[in-house]
Amino acid sequence: MIEQYNVYAAKLLPPEELFAPGHKACQGCAPALALRYLLKALGPNTIIANATGCMEIISSAYPDISWGVPWIHVAFENAAAVASGIESGIKILQRKGKLAPGKINVVAIGGDGGTFDIGLQALSGMLERGHNALYLCYDNEAYMNTGIQRSSGTPYGASTTTSPAGKAVPGQKTIKKDLLEIGAAHGIAYAATACTSYPFDFMDKVKKAFSYDGAKLIHILAPCPTGWRTNPGEVIKHGRLAVHTGIFPLYEVDHGRYKMSLDLPFLKPIKSYLSVQGRYRHLSEAQIAVIETNLKARYEKLQALCRITAEV
Amino acid sequence: MGKRKGVESSIALADSAAMCRIEAISAYPITPQTHIVEHLSEWVNDGHLDAEFVPVESEHSAISAAMGMSAVGARTFTATSSQGLALMHEILFIVPAMRLPIVMAVANRSLSGPISIWNDHSDIMAERDIGWVQIFAENGQECFDLIPACFRISEDKRVHLPSILNFDGFVVSHMIEPIEYWTQEQFDAYLPPFDPQIKLDVRKPSAMGVVGIPEIYYEARRMQQEVLMQSKPVVLEAFAELEKTVGRKYNLVETYKADDADVLLFIVGSLAETAMTAVDNLRAQGKKVGLVRPRLWRPFPTQELLAAFGNVPVVGVCDRAMAFGMEHHPMAQEIRTLFYDAPNRPQICEFMIGLGGRDVTIGDMENILNRLLDVKNGAPVGPVDYVGVRK
Ligand SMILES: Cc1ncc(C[n+]2csc(CCOP(=O)(O)OP(=O)(O)O)c2C)c(N)n1
Ligand code: SF4
Ligand SMILES: [Mg+2]
Repeated sequence: MIEQYNVYAAKLLPPEELFAPGHKACQGCAPALALRYLLKALGPNTIIANATGCMEIISSAYPDISWGVPWIHVAFENAAAVASGIESGIKILQRKGKLAPGKINVVAIGGDGGTFDIGLQALSGMLERGHNALYLCYDNEAYMNTGIQRSSGTPYGASTTTSPAGKAVPGQKTIKKDLLEIGAAHGIAYAATACTSYPFDFMDKVKKAFSYDGAKLIHILAPCPTGWRTNPGEVIKHGRLAVHTGIFPLYEVDHGRYKMSLDLPFLKPIKSYLSVQGRYRHLSEAQIAVIETNLKARYEKLQALCRITAEV
Repeated sequence: MGKRKGVESSIALADSAAMCRIEAISAYPITPQTHIVEHLSEWVNDGHLDAEFVPVESEHSAISAAMGMSAVGARTFTATSSQGLALMHEILFIVPAMRLPIVMAVANRSLSGPISIWNDHSDIMAERDIGWVQIFAENGQECFDLIPACFRISEDKRVHLPSILNFDGFVVSHMIEPIEYWTQEQFDAYLPPFDPQIKLDVRKPSAMGVVGIPEIYYEARRMQQEVLMQSKPVVLEAFAELEKTVGRKYNLVETYKADDADVLLFIVGSLAETAMTAVDNLRAQGKKVGLVRPRLWRPFPTQELLAAFGNVPVVGVCDRAMAFGMEHHPMAQEIRTLFYDAPNRPQICEFMIGLGGRDVTIGDMENILNRLLDVKNGAPVGPVDYVGVRK
């Protein structure tokens, strides 16, 4: 579906680059694309609270700052808490007339490690308290900044430096934690998955999220060629395969209502996705079968949720 | 002059913070700090204080959210104790590095384990080097008076650093005493509105908390040290202005009957009041003993302490926290360091007192002071005296 946009893409996007080129990410880094699209969608009236991780490091080595909007980094596990404070501070200062009225988009950004693992508590706090802010988790499926260690967002079977493909234990033993379900369970206005291979879908979701008051969560899959051991020239293709094989479905939960973002007539075989990535090279047929069974069950569950919640 | 009320110190401290017109609060309950944040919640929910109160899910998030609040330019307050302070540890260093003038009240309490809710200084001694301005209050009136002083110091353009007001858990926090309230007009005259020097502003984007490459980090840390060390005149101004406002005098170092003393005891926090009674009792027997108490704790008031001790030949140091693995505990380390370069080094006797809320009596204090006199008369100094410990 992205193909249709190729011709128009440049015209449909605002020309300003609020996430400046020249940052220090690896070639083909899709998380960096997520940041660029985020700011194209939101524009300059945005304040970012960034968790420690690749995106913080590659964008803020003083004096080479990539950010064209106000930006703060405090630590690894607390981006959601910092964003909560920013949102509350803006609220009181606007109420007291010390800050000009008008909408300021507050966004917390964290990687899968900073979100699924060490930052989950702070995220839950921000969502539960209903701060008018977006939490954006860019998911590259491991702790990349520290050298590709597993997180609870690392998929089953993937080889990382702390879930290596060994003879006794062939890669990650656990199933990827379902972040969006955890987020949506807080009863927030809006939760959605996205993928850097679908920039317009992502930017629409960002805008939609900010059309609602309260806390919102977007979980974007962003391939990391360094950590996934993939061809840096093919990250867009790999993101599309993640969506088309059903291993990373694009959907939204809008006020409790589930909706698939793409109509896929059929799911591509999962092998087409796994076989192009070094982190899955060791997988046995039995492991691939586990992955396939799990993804199908989850995909069907999502379809059922879409049907059920469409009626309420 | 404001009116005098019989009120619990925690309530007075919270009232004082509210009357500083704080705009943003994030806090998490922990004994014995809880009454402060409960009372501030009432201020906000009853509509008497226009502020945002964020009831966070942990102290780690309390200090993190406070950073967000302060970073957009709101006058920000938080309070904690013990395990809560320890949970903040990681973030405490980052607040002054970003020059955010948050004020935090710390009801000093022991640290686990074993778990203990009672008063000592284990929590704050573990946070000596975090880079905040730190002040000690010994009673409820001081808690009330020193909160606006903390904001004034922290928000001063020359400082722009966070500050901590320490006071003893329970012994001070839960004590009901007559406290003289300032009027709102006095608060407003003493504490100008917060005019942040740096903030997250969409009209003027800036980045806070950037990566410090080796060519940058060192200078940043050095600069932070300089700013903190140079904040002393601002503290003095804040205390002088406080005296003009309400007539109570605060010094960087407080003394008690120190001028002609043969021996001096260094003691921090509310136990100084017990020690004063002991001093009075010994003075009645003709024994020349006195006290030295730090009011300002960071930046360390080196010259003021040296002046307070003068040429006294024997100094006692009371510690209320352990430095495990070292036979000189935190306060003793500091006082030994203080005298290392002094022309006449006194003999230094070390005492561990009141750990985990263990009672310290006037009699204990008299024994400590008598011991200092013995040393002056030739008795050996000896190792740390763990006062009252059962073998
Ligand atoms: C409290 C704490 N623990 C550990 C670290 C080390 N650390 C920094 S970034 C990082 C991994 C980040 O992983 P993720 O959030 O997935 O972001 P990515 O680097 O993959 O973009 C870790 C473990 C830290 N900075 N702070
Ligand atoms: S390791 Fe991955 S996520 Fe990190 S900068 Fe490189 S490509 Fe991007
Ligand atoms: Mg990651």
